[in-house]
Amino acid sequence: MSETHVHSANLDNEKPQFYVTEEHHPEGSTMLGFWLYLMSDCLIFAVLFATHGVLGRNYAAGPSPADLFDLPLVAINTAMLLLSSITYGFAMLQMERGAKAETLFWLGITGVFGAIFLGLELYEFAHLIHEGAGPTRSAFLSSFFTLVGTHGLHVTFGIIWLITLMVQVARRGLIAENKRRLMCLSMFWHFLDVVWIGVFSFVYLIGYIG
Amino acid sequence: MTPQLKFVGRLFAFLALMALSGCNLVVMSPSGDIAKQQADLIVISVVLMLLIIVPVLFLTLFFAWRYRSTNTKAPYDPEWHHSTRLEVIIWSAPLAIIIALGAVTWISTHKLDPYRPLDRIDDQRPVTAEMKPINVEVVALDWKWLFFYPDYGIATVNEMAAPVDVPINFKITASSVMNSFYVPALAGMIYAMPGMETKLHAVINKPGEYEGLSANYSGDGFSHMRFKFHGVDQAGFDQWVARVKQNGTALNRDAYLKLEKPSSKEPVRYYANVEDGLYRAVLNMCATPGKMCMEEMMHIDMMGGAGTESQENREKLEHDNRHAGEAAHGAPAATFPATGEPARSDQSQSPAEKPATQHDMHNMPGMQHNNQGGAAPAQLNNEAPAKP
Amino acid sequence: MFGNTSLTQFLFGRLTLDAIPYHETILVVTFIGVAIAGLAVLALITKYKLWGYLWHDWFTSVDHKKIGIMYIVLAIIMLLRGFSDAILMRIQQAIAFNGNEGFLPPHHYDQIFTAHGVIMIFFVAMPFVTGFMNYVVPLQIGARDVSFPFLNNFSFWMTTAGAIIIMMSLFVGEFARTGWLAYPPLSGADYSPGVGVDYYIWGLQVAGVGTTLSGINLIATIVKMRAPGMTFMKMPVFTWTALCTNILIVATFPILTATLVLLSLDRYAGTNFFTNDLGGNPMMYVNLIWIWGHPEVYILVLPAFGIFSEVVATFSSKRLFGYASMVYATCVIMILSYLVWLHHFFTMGSGASVNAFFGITTMIISIPTGAKMFNWLFTMYRGRIRYDVPMLWTVGFMVTFVIGGMTGVMLAIPPADFVLHNSLFLIAHFHNVIIGGVLFGLLAGVNYWWPKAFGFRLDAFWGKVSFWFWQIGFFFAFMPLYVLGLMGVTRRVSQFEDPSLQIWFVIAAFGAGLIAIGILAFIIQMGVSILRRDQLRDDTGDPWDGRTLEWSTSSPPPDYNFAFTPVVHDHDGWYDMKNRGYERPLGGFKPIHMPKNTGTGVILSGISIVLAFALIWYIWWLAAVSFVALIATAITHTFNYNRDFHIPAETVTATEDARSKLLADRT
Repeated sequence: MSETHVHSANLDNEKPQFYVTEEHHPEGSTMLGFWLYLMSDCLIFAVLFATHGVLGRNYAAGPSPADLFDLPLVAINTAMLLLSSITYGFAMLQMERGAKAETLFWLGITGVFGAIFLGLELYEFAHLIHEGAGPTRSAFLSSFFTLVGTHGLHVTFGIIWLITLMVQVARRGLIAENKRRLMCLSMFWHFLDVVWIGVFSFVYLIGYIG
Repeated sequence: MTPQLKFVGRLFAFLALMALSGCNLVVMSPSGDIAKQQADLIVISVVLMLLIIVPVLFLTLFFAWRYRSTNTKAPYDPEWHHSTRLEVIIWSAPLAIIIALGAVTWISTHKLDPYRPLDRIDDQRPVTAEMKPINVEVVALDWKWLFFYPDYGIATVNEMAAPVDVPINFKITASSVMNSFYVPALAGMIYAMPGMETKLHAVINKPGEYEGLSANYSGDGFSHMRFKFHGVDQAGFDQWVARVKQNGTALNRDAYLKLEKPSSKEPVRYYANVEDGLYRAVLNMCATPGKMCMEEMMHIDMMGGAGTESQENREKLEHDNRHAGEAAHGAPAATFPATGEPARSDQSQSPAEKPATQHDMHNMPGMQHNNQGGAAPAQLNNEAPAKP
Repeated sequence: MFGNTSLTQFLFGRLTLDAIPYHETILVVTFIGVAIAGLAVLALITKYKLWGYLWHDWFTSVDHKKIGIMYIVLAIIMLLRGFSDAILMRIQQAIAFNGNEGFLPPHHYDQIFTAHGVIMIFFVAMPFVTGFMNYVVPLQIGARDVSFPFLNNFSFWMTTAGAIIIMMSLFVGEFARTGWLAYPPLSGADYSPGVGVDYYIWGLQVAGVGTTLSGINLIATIVKMRAPGMTFMKMPVFTWTALCTNILIVATFPILTATLVLLSLDRYAGTNFFTNDLGGNPMMYVNLIWIWGHPEVYILVLPAFGIFSEVVATFSSKRLFGYASMVYATCVIMILSYLVWLHHFFTMGSGASVNAFFGITTMIISIPTGAKMFNWLFTMYRGRIRYDVPMLWTVGFMVTFVIGGMTGVMLAIPPADFVLHNSLFLIAHFHNVIIGGVLFGLLAGVNYWWPKAFGFRLDAFWGKVSFWFWQIGFFFAFMPLYVLGLMGVTRRVSQFEDPSLQIWFVIAAFGAGLIAIGILAFIIQMGVSILRRDQLRDDTGDPWDGRTLEWSTSSPPPDYNFAFTPVVHDHDGWYDMKNRGYERPLGGFKPIHMPKNTGTGVILSGISIVLAFALIWYIWWLAAVSFVALIATAITHTFNYNRDFHIPAETVTATEDARSKLLADRT
């Protein structure tokens, strides 16, 4: 990245500095790169939200959100995910302190909340399919299952990643690489939280109100 | 350097050749007023753009030649790289052209909107109140065209006719996949899509036989999905209608469903009478007995769906308009024999086969079907969904 | 018996012997040809014991330069396939008149035009462009590699995997018969039940992963890895266009991915996104695919604009005119490219105001594009233009592209589009901009940067032969299509009734023949240059009197690109250095930190091919196994913390001394 002191290099005929003799260390690109990845993922969700916006009322003479959604269950589900975000935050605080065991503890708690979230979601899906309101019933249900399911799939991969990282932290400790990876997963996890808030408001609440 | 000059020489030779060969540039010299205005628009836009393209081409070739490295007499200024005045010109010149073209675009897009009823027959004659437009309902089938003439109660396959100087109102749909309805001599194209209706308003000004075709790829038989469009005078049109009535058979649902099966190079067919509301049923994807019409589905959805106890609706909304599922039953459904035999079902058997479930759905809460515009009533040939 | 069938079905899904098209002569001959050529190549590699070299120095390499070259090799190979398709179509259309059905039945012809489009866009133009960005961008910004070198290798192999999946469809099963964008409902399970669309979907999805990741990688590289002093407004124009292109990639390829996921759910899981049934909406697919599809056009053409900008300044021996307005024009095009997608389907019946809005936004793009054209023009003004091959391509581009631009604006006027849409006029237009813009730029780039990559120039005679055959062949091949479009002839038709059209198709086929000679001349050019490399050798590293940093290092550049990171004071950094008495550093080198090679990318892409194949043929056990293998391999890779090494200072000194000797020997 540009260093400001170089700009002022003299522009007369005197020979300016044309190379740095010290090893040039560009600042790390990982966070920017990962953030760009999240934005691209965000666009996938944007497409799914838009799709739901278009198809969300195409019930195909079938059930509507009001017939199907169990809002209290979804509220509990939301709480689980929000709590997992908070506990991930605790893990990051412990990581900053360099406390390996505490970091692992909070990461474990995060994973448990994530797993409960997934379990509740799977229960909801199973219930809907059992009621004959599976993803093939109508365009509304297709887009509902795909949007919520894609989010669930992300959480699943987040949990696999979390477990992998816990093993790595346990083995190698809070070294720079692992800290960087924990930061990435942290961004990912909070990102999923934000997306879920969108899902909860636009799909469940607005869908339910109709 | 002359190579660049050579290209342009070749290009102009080509254009000249094109003009000389006298080939039939139907898009540029059409026979319908709408297509005529569209062609004019092409000319106007080309002229406007040539205002900038010709100087650019000229300057490119001139600079390329003048500043060649062997020409040491030409000035050389390796550090010259900025001129505010020039920058203003190179941004504002295209901008000016685009402002002009943008204005033309805005106006012409509204004026030539295919959904807008005509207000003129050609540049001399406006449409008057007593001119009665002719209605044509078009269905793109696999891979042939079906035309309904609701005003005359007739229908045809792969041939249509219209009187000259009479506004034509097209309503266009498709049975299975997307197509595009295009008669280059008459007017621009518009997509034909299953379960949806697009509209086109046009008029033919010169009598003649014109090509019509599908302009959007739709599968195997697409290359031959063509028809003849006959522009005829009023007497000729009346004769044509009479001929259809005389030689045609009946088009009921049964005949339609047989016609709907994929076939290509289909010969022209005439139907002397058409079952009531058939086009509407095709549009709503409920020509097949037992299917729910799209209109009804949309109405139910608007009312908040049909609840969880509505499994039976599902089958009613699954379509097989290419009849792929029937192939398994051993029927040689893939293609029709191209014998030119007209419709395969005669009228006598059709009433019996007519779906017996012609009911309306007053038991649906809040249902108010509006059959506006004198259109045939919707074919609601299925049980109203049970609502708890 | 029954148990046997179900076992076979379990093992092979819907893959049966019938899927091998041994009854289609063209394919059998092609297969034999490909097999013989393939075996010959494999035999040669084995004979000269090149496997180890290829594996260690190329396939597993994370060096951006080698990856860039591999991308371009892939693009050239796929160009041959895509062009063969074009020739087949041209011949079919030239003979299928008067009841003659030609030699390609619709079943085959429809696959060919679909494959032609898919291959040319995704597996020729994309890898070509990505290859150049990979090779050139780090050198132009004075970096040692890209931000994520392993990801770069992985991206390349995923793109290659996509190409392999598409190529498999030629010999096992069939390809899609839907057109290159696979509009539903035609591409849905009801109307395309075969494996063709599945090949299409998985080929693009696998390649799309690579493209998106490579886009992220290059943005991070450009934003974070620039040499000291190189502010954004001092970046070379090619790097600018690369930045905008990669932003477009990251902002659009996810849309393609999501759209294809929805289509595959419709096909595999029976959902109703784009079906005619149960409330699906096929029009939404058309919108979504073009929200990706239109920016895609600019993804391809912006880097080509960048190449032209470099070439025109270098060969006019003059600074680029209007650098700032060039940059702004690029950014404006990038943004506007999102606001025009609907112009691909004015004929769907949107309201007049919607159509007019999208028509006018489309026209507005021609303003910055026009400004660019003028900038190139005034760069030539008062220059000293050397007509080496790259400059010939550039002038050829300027002449050809303005015609394509003009026809493009014509198509942007909705009422005019109603009569030109889906016609051969449209086909002529986009080939005019993609060949005349993108391809000419890429071939200019090959001629321009080849000496940098290999240390010797390309033979100029064969380069000129190639240029002239391409250029003249282009006009012969596509001007007739403009005429045919005005005669009301539409695209994707394989048989004709009106005999008066035939002459135009014959001329177009003749033009395609000229282009074939142009491609052949290009291949001969590379062959001849490799044989004559000693005469064409360039030891200076700067054969064209270049202006940007890539010309400051040796040709080919050392693994570490720059022994010391350069400091930039001007956007023509190297020109500035030369002007102000830059002297090469001769000593005091330090160890250089570099990433290690890895085979994980190759393995992951191999498993992806198996996964895609299993999904295409419904071999569910294999799909499950390969999916698990994919995840496991990826996780295992993260357990490797030992990913980099240092090039010792002695090695750097030895490399640099060797170059000093070469330079000294010249004088």
